[in-house]
Amino acid sequence: MALDAAELKRLKQKARQIREEIVKITYTCGGAHIGGALSQTDLMVALYYKFMNIDPKKPELANRDRFILSKGHGGVGHAVVLGDLGYFDKETLKEFNKTGSPFGMHLDCLKVPGVDASTGSLGHGFSIAIGMAIGARLQGKKWRTYVMLGDGELQAGPVWESAMAAPHFKVTNMTTIVDRNMLCIDGSTEEIMALEPLKAKWEAFGWKVIELDGHDFNEICDGIELANASKDQPAVIIAKTVKGKGVDFMECDKKWHYAGLDDVTMNKALESLKKGAK
Amino acid sequence: MQIYGEKPTRFGYGEGLVKLGEINPNVVVFDADLAKSTTTIWFAEKFPTRFFDAGIAEQNMLGMAAGMSLMGKIPFVTTYGVFVSGRAWDQIRTTVCYSNLNVKIGGAHGGVSVGPDGATHQALEEITIMRVLPNMTVLSPCDANEAYKATLAAAEMRGPVYLRFGREKVPLLTKPEDPFEIGKAVVYRRGADVGLLATGHMVYHALLAAEALEKEGVSAYVLNVHTIKPIDEEAILDVAAKCKCLVTCEEHQVTGGFGGAVAEVLAKRRPVPMRFIGVQDRFGESGKPDELFEVFGLSAAHIAAAAKDVMKAAGK
Ligand SMILES: Cc1ncc(C[n+]2csc(CCOP(=O)(O)OP(=O)(O)O)c2C)c(N)n1
Repeated sequence: MALDAAELKRLKQKARQIREEIVKITYTCGGAHIGGALSQTDLMVALYYKFMNIDPKKPELANRDRFILSKGHGGVGHAVVLGDLGYFDKETLKEFNKTGSPFGMHLDCLKVPGVDASTGSLGHGFSIAIGMAIGARLQGKKWRTYVMLGDGELQAGPVWESAMAAPHFKVTNMTTIVDRNMLCIDGSTEEIMALEPLKAKWEAFGWKVIELDGHDFNEICDGIELANASKDQPAVIIAKTVKGKGVDFMECDKKWHYAGLDDVTMNKALESLKKGAK
Repeated sequence: MQIYGEKPTRFGYGEGLVKLGEINPNVVVFDADLAKSTTTIWFAEKFPTRFFDAGIAEQNMLGMAAGMSLMGKIPFVTTYGVFVSGRAWDQIRTTVCYSNLNVKIGGAHGGVSVGPDGATHQALEEITIMRVLPNMTVLSPCDANEAYKATLAAAEMRGPVYLRFGREKVPLLTKPEDPFEIGKAVVYRRGADVGLLATGHMVYHALLAAEALEKEGVSAYVLNVHTIKPIDEEAILDVAAKCKCLVTCEEHQVTGGFGGAVAEVLAKRRPVPMRFIGVQDRFGESGKPDELFEVFGLSAAHIAAAAKDVMKAAGK
């Protein structure tokens, strides 16, 4: 069902603001995984500002929905979202990645409120999410687990152990999202270690697969609803995204996986985000 | 101290691989989606048919390398130390080391000086978990020139080798023509009051500490232990005999690491008081490399303080 105009506008504006803050923090901290942080943003905004049942004032709330960023290097984007929601004083993000700051590049769940698991070694988060979801079921709880994977991350063997386990244990209280931006670090996933046919792989492992445009809020929200409604098999959303989304000179260019920004590139990036919003 | 420039140790590895590509057709190189950062891209560009990007799949990378070594190739598998030693430890143990396969493992991003990437990417345990494996040789060069030579020497010998590199530029303490022999520690200063045994980047910091101590009338013996396994027992015993006390310096967990290896030698053959400079049983953090060196107690000032402390314990 299409989002009403006001809702669509709210989500789009939020996503733009999050992207601007990602750019600014990448500038102040000296360098971050900006490409993947920008590609994941619309998906994260849909989850955190529309779907997830959370209370930023009570990060430990027992019945909250959980979110695991299995592609932990996207932490800069996750931190911006959590700060914006009020899990902590947003101002402290100025210290992102500085010596002694609670915010490291890969977020630490012991230091940053709202982070449900520490990630950073690719291929860990997915199994953690399955464990959490089964744990919720054992406790008879209704909350949901959301997990986001990078597409490069899908090259990691443990991901496919998890992909086997979730249908096996009928883990349907979890929604899995793949940020399919087509790039890892050394190049395109298809050149480095091909993933296609990706949909068929997931289906063969027993998943309901939903493919959508990861920058179209109507599609994203419909897709998440569909995934959350799947009761016979776990659902994975393969979200087609653009690495570096919103900053024209970063889009689809592997060199922006991790980078720093100077005054000129930061202003150019902010300019580009502004233009795109019109 | 004589310094010949500055360069990250990983560059020495990358240059060593290119040289090996030219002189040894059996050398092949693997990486796991970090070819630019680890510098294997230099080999990849020159010898594209002998380079394999395994993608983000360290375990499979090790297994494939093991298979290729059984076909007479000399694979150098490379990625960040934390992932190659940790994720693929089981493959390294039971496939590579158990059968004494001729696989060389390059682990980049050793130590807290990795900086911004933080705890998840700073390898602080590889020395321990690699040196515990039978048949494994563990090398931890102090600068890029030594890293280059270590890479060539690893190809020369038969059997598994782990090579540890750092991310940041560090001073060149050795010259290209200086000798390098696996298993043979290098004496930098012959002092009589306290021994400073260092590995990797910490050799530079130990030399800085020795210079500071000299100003206070303390003469320090400085030994560069680039081979952690097999460790140069005689060189270590020589320091212990002369100085009667020593400090080990490593950018790594002190538990089971280089200091542990030295302590094993001394406990067996000549116990003397020791202090351990290194990461004290905690995880790394994001930050600037030099600031992290202070936070983790690794800088020359910390080494000098430990030296004075251990001298006191030895009744000096
Ligand atoms: C086990 C492991 N190996 C290697 C790395 C280093 N690394 C960090 S990000 C990355 C590429 C990730 O690509 P992808 O999952 O597609 O992320 P995105 O493009 O969304 O940033 C790699 C290889 C890691 N974090 N963990």
